Amino acid sequence: MPDFAIRVLDIAIGGLLMGGIYALIAMGLSLQYGVARVLNIAHGEFIMLGAFGTFTLYTVFGINPLLTLVIVGPLIFIIGFFLHRTLFTRLRLSAPNPDAYSASSMLATFGLLFIIQNLALLGWGADLRSYTYLNVGVDIGGALFAANRLVTLGFAIGIGVAFYIFLARSRIGKAIRAAAQDPTTAGLMGVNINLVLALCFALGAVMAGLAGTLLSMRIPITPSMGLNYTIIAIIIVVLGGLGSIPGSFIGGFIIGIIGTIVNYIEPSLSLAAYYFIFMLLLLVRPKGIFGK
Amino acid sequence: MDVTTFKSKKFWILGLVGLILLVLLTTLPLYGSLYMVILVTAILMYMVLTVSWALFSGPTGYLSLASAAFFGIGIYTSALLLPNTGVVLPLLVVVALGGIISFIVALLVGFLTLRLKGIYFAIFTFGLVEFIKQVLIYYEINITGTRGRFIILVDNQHIYWIMLAIFVLTLLTTYFLRRSKFGLALQSIGENEEAAAHRGINVTMVKVVTFAISAFFMGAAGAIIATKWTYIDPYIAFNALFSFLPILMAVFGGLGQIYGTVIGSVVFAYLEEVLLTKFPYYYMLIFGVVLVTVILFLPDGLSGLIQRLRRRILGEQNANT
Repeated sequence: MPDFAIRVLDIAIGGLLMGGIYALIAMGLSLQYGVARVLNIAHGEFIMLGAFGTFTLYTVFGINPLLTLVIVGPLIFIIGFFLHRTLFTRLRLSAPNPDAYSASSMLATFGLLFIIQNLALLGWGADLRSYTYLNVGVDIGGALFAANRLVTLGFAIGIGVAFYIFLARSRIGKAIRAAAQDPTTAGLMGVNINLVLALCFALGAVMAGLAGTLLSMRIPITPSMGLNYTIIAIIIVVLGGLGSIPGSFIGGFIIGIIGTIVNYIEPSLSLAAYYFIFMLLLLVRPKGIFGK
Repeated sequence: MDVTTFKSKKFWILGLVGLILLVLLTTLPLYGSLYMVILVTAILMYMVLTVSWALFSGPTGYLSLASAAFFGIGIYTSALLLPNTGVVLPLLVVVALGGIISFIVALLVGFLTLRLKGIYFAIFTFGLVEFIKQVLIYYEINITGTRGRFIILVDNQHIYWIMLAIFVLTLLTTYFLRRSKFGLALQSIGENEEAAAHRGINVTMVKVVTFAISAFFMGAAGAIIATKWTYIDPYIAFNALFSFLPILMAVFGGLGQIYGTVIGSVVFAYLEEVLLTKFPYYYMLIFGVVLVTVILFLPDGLSGLIQRLRRRILGEQNANT
């Protein structure tokens, strides 16, 4: 049945295309929660900031959206680094134990969510915004896909792999992994723990921001878009195992494909399906697929 | 709970002050304006949510984000049983039902999830609210073919009195629970769950029952406030904000003391009212700033601040180092 085969291919590739962005977002959250111990509910807001940054740079200054990656990235890095150095470091040092820190830092990120989202609402308004970029069809085995979706998938995988190599090979990456295992001991071994944690938080925000830049090329954006992506990211991070970067990467693709399948069968239930998978997962295997 | 509690002077003074306040509050509709009655109803609602949230999450340290789910279940109970057309059940029965259904759901959810540790529990409960909301939206649109529901009108004084009764019940339950063996068991679970289990406390039972009791009050409050809102749809009923506001109010007031959570919700509910009417566009922004500031600078909340000030006035500066 060639018709059926095309449909399967359609769903599979569609899922992969979405999964690339999801993987990027989830890797960022994994860095923030797995290492810096901040369950960042405002993670999606950095996606939104990245998306609006690119939108503004492209529509106002005419800069190529792919080029804005190198402008948006550093800007968001600075914001993330500053936030961690001021807000979260203070919370971490004043918390009596790690559990209290996870709770208070999570509540603080809820505050950040409201602040960033409402500032964006004041700045850009509540309307859906979009621009067209590389909106031409590409034929893959009989199914048509927009070029911008393929380009964003390529960039998402590229950025994801680059981050992974950075973590696995570089000296700072080693310090980050040490901090993820045991912050206190890492500190005793001469790792500047405050710097490393701030770096993780900022890098996590950068990955969200870059994902936002890529997203803005293919869907309309709005200041309230962030929370849904945060929730998807949390689901993926739990699926892949908290703190496991490869787990988040693969989990992103799994959720992307599941989402596309549910969307194909009953679109209005896709969010409910995410939550259902997520709650089932928490009950059956809270450590996630790759968790230790 | 033992005899010495009833003999202590503090207990009677507290009781007397409480009684006077209760009389003043009960008779409010007789001397206060309609605006006062509506405002105090809203404040009472937040107090019920905050105190009942703190009833479970305060001593155990389990961060529950399910308040909106139980509150919403109460709201939807009213929406289904008190339609503005057709057969209507008595109001008090519906309020009780709202509480009981929330209680049962909380029992089920509790048995399933309370073995999840720390942040997993928070994430799960947050997901629960959204899950119920999405399923309800699907049900409303695809099965009953409606978007929202209208509820019968109830006059403001009755809503006020019922809300006040729920609040008093919540407060009394919290007060006596904290002083009972059950409350001590809850406290020891919060300090060290494994140690509590080894002491022979049925950890799961204590946690689940407390979780369900707190859900009962949230459900009842939802059921009665729904009659004030008159129009209900899944977005209104299951608004995640109702999970966060109680936490914020409790943190703002201070979790250590019951009076902290009460003060926190009074101050905050009033603040919300003022902000919403004066700066509707900046309301959420200011809300975020206050949330971050409170977590950063007032980790023990207002009641912690009061205690610190009292110590300073009494000259015991070395008490808390």
